[in-house]
Amino acid sequence: MSNTEANGHFDMKAALKDAAISALLTFVLASLILGLQIVDRNTGLVLVPRIWLAAAAIALVFFGRLALHMFWWSKRMRVDKPPLLPTTKLTAGLAKITRIAAPLLFVFAIALPFFPFSDRYIMDLAILIMTYVMLGWGLNVVVGFAGLLDLGYVAFYAVGAYSFALLATNLGLSFWVCLPLAGLFAATWGIILGFPVLRLRGDYLAIVTLAFGEIIRVVLLNWYTFTGGPDGISNIPRPTFFGLEFKRFGEGTFADFFGLEYSSLHRIIFLYYIIVVLAMFTSFVTLRLRNLPIGRAWEALREDEVACSSLGINTTNTKLTAFAIGAMFGGFAGSFFATRQGFISPESFTFIESAIILAIVVLGGMGSQIGVVIASVALIGGFEVFREFEQYRMLIFGLAMVLIMVWKPRGLISTRNPSLLLNPSGRSPARQEGAA
Amino acid sequence: MSQAIHDSEVIASDAVLTVDHLTMKFGGLTAIDNLSFTAARGDITALIGPNGAGKTTVFNCLTGFYKPTEGMITLSQRAGGAYLLERMDGHKICHKAKVARTFQNIRLFGNMTTLENLMVAQHNRLMKASYYTIGGVLGLKHFRKAEREAVELARHWLEKIDLVDRADDPASDLPYGAQRRLEIARAMCTGPELLCLDEPAAGLNPRESAELNTLLMEIRDEEQISILLIEHDMSVVMEISDHIVVIDYGEKISDGTPEHIRNDPKVIAAYLGVDDEAVGESS
Repeated sequence: MSNTEANGHFDMKAALKDAAISALLTFVLASLILGLQIVDRNTGLVLVPRIWLAAAAIALVFFGRLALHMFWWSKRMRVDKPPLLPTTKLTAGLAKITRIAAPLLFVFAIALPFFPFSDRYIMDLAILIMTYVMLGWGLNVVVGFAGLLDLGYVAFYAVGAYSFALLATNLGLSFWVCLPLAGLFAATWGIILGFPVLRLRGDYLAIVTLAFGEIIRVVLLNWYTFTGGPDGISNIPRPTFFGLEFKRFGEGTFADFFGLEYSSLHRIIFLYYIIVVLAMFTSFVTLRLRNLPIGRAWEALREDEVACSSLGINTTNTKLTAFAIGAMFGGFAGSFFATRQGFISPESFTFIESAIILAIVVLGGMGSQIGVVIASVALIGGFEVFREFEQYRMLIFGLAMVLIMVWKPRGLISTRNPSLLLNPSGRSPARQEGAA
Repeated sequence: MSQAIHDSEVIASDAVLTVDHLTMKFGGLTAIDNLSFTAARGDITALIGPNGAGKTTVFNCLTGFYKPTEGMITLSQRAGGAYLLERMDGHKICHKAKVARTFQNIRLFGNMTTLENLMVAQHNRLMKASYYTIGGVLGLKHFRKAEREAVELARHWLEKIDLVDRADDPASDLPYGAQRRLEIARAMCTGPELLCLDEPAAGLNPRESAELNTLLMEIRDEEQISILLIEHDMSVVMEISDHIVVIDYGEKISDGTPEHIRNDPKVIAAYLGVDDEAVGESS
């Protein structure tokens, strides 16, 4: 915004103009936010004007900006103005860190329940974060690999949760039988969504998937006889450890069988390990698929659909597999969600969930597995940390997003690892020579 | 060059591609009007014409991007199969009929490495070998062997286009001339019977252009692949083509050996512009 000229010459007119524009912006923002206050009087809510506060803010911005022009920006050449935040060095650094961090994080995830500080709260939070990590990895297939912008991913999460809840409460099937079925149902819905949107790309695809997510939610909300509508489904059975239940009393419980003292934490830890295993399974399969012809075809589809078709790749099938596999993992996560909560209702599957999952994938760096982990810890953990600032946390969330996108437009981890190398020992000889 | 022409005359009866009465209309505009020509097997056939003559439209009809309004396009394979290209979907034209193409504006997978670009081209073979991914996820031996073979084929082509050193670099980092060559190699990795090149020499310097000629002649002579190319660069066309088809305003105006085309007054008129009377007299 600085209108001062590059050679350090100070232009009063430009500086005044810039300061005036900034003051005007402040007026627009501050007039209602700072200028009026709602006070609860005996007679009811009253608006109390605070003109001086608003005026002070405007004056501060005007003179502050003018001062910046006069004393700070005019002394510096705009050319060698450093970027807002360092970029290139950090990108290389992050790439290096991730290679070491991945196994460490894995060990940490396995050992987490045995740390002394791991109480009920930490474990619940860890389960929540792992659920989002899994959802992020699932959505990564669609958005990160195949480049299909999906704003309705929560629909598959809902399909998975409701399939498990309905199968378990109506037919009495156990979690382990329902899990693959829920994945299958979600994948089917992925294909059903995939067909009509095959010709769409980018923004148009995003709008249709957004609508699809809402359709699923509205159907769940209104089909009272089948889904229970807004009442939701309660008494969803908990998962069992090879038939052993996690109950305080009675024969054949987990604590009884292993001769342990009953603790409510056992069930939480068990749930935690289920989600860790499910998430690791998701990661293993998606990483594996990425190095297979299908994964390369997804990425090629993201890069250039026309070229794909000219190379004999059936773009229809390739897109549908991406949708189906992404949806399947969403379905797995959904049925886990249902069994953990014991109660589900359409409330849990609103658009904001889709937005958060997408934000995790985009912030983490599209196609990056470790990036998704970092982004989910930051976002979901961040929500928890800022729980006391309930009203402000969306503000901080938005601000953090804007900052990260300015700083690293392609996500935190934006380096791409090739799916296979011709010269696996070190990089290309040509490049090494160049570096030497 | 005379040797090449001689060869083409001998095997001219065996056509790899036959275009019959091809017409393509976009609303009221007739981009191609009743065009017929054949491309002989093992030949380099060039399709030339002034800007806007309809060359790329012919290509798009051949490779399934457009459905022609009228006409028949037959591709006959060496093994004996014949395919009517105008009835096939885009991806099947490459997969089943074995027609591969490159694009006027390069369409590589920029963020993927050079090697990965060549692997994507072998998608169908690898998909089959991985039992449609299931065998691949399980890591079966059968698939690993197929993948090694695919990498070897890619290496073969990387050596031919002199890009082995850049195999693991993103395709978008390559210089322009190398990207053009890589696109040709990628098309060749699909294992085509007919290779369609849309202006492969566009934007190349004279040295790169000469290298391209060598590459194309190698593809014809060593790999026995027929080539159909659109080109503006006459040094490329005249030097390597066995057979040239000239079109203007969607109609064929001349068809024959480079020697014949060079001396055809209609071609000269189309390119350089001549008085109407002069054309009338000469034809």
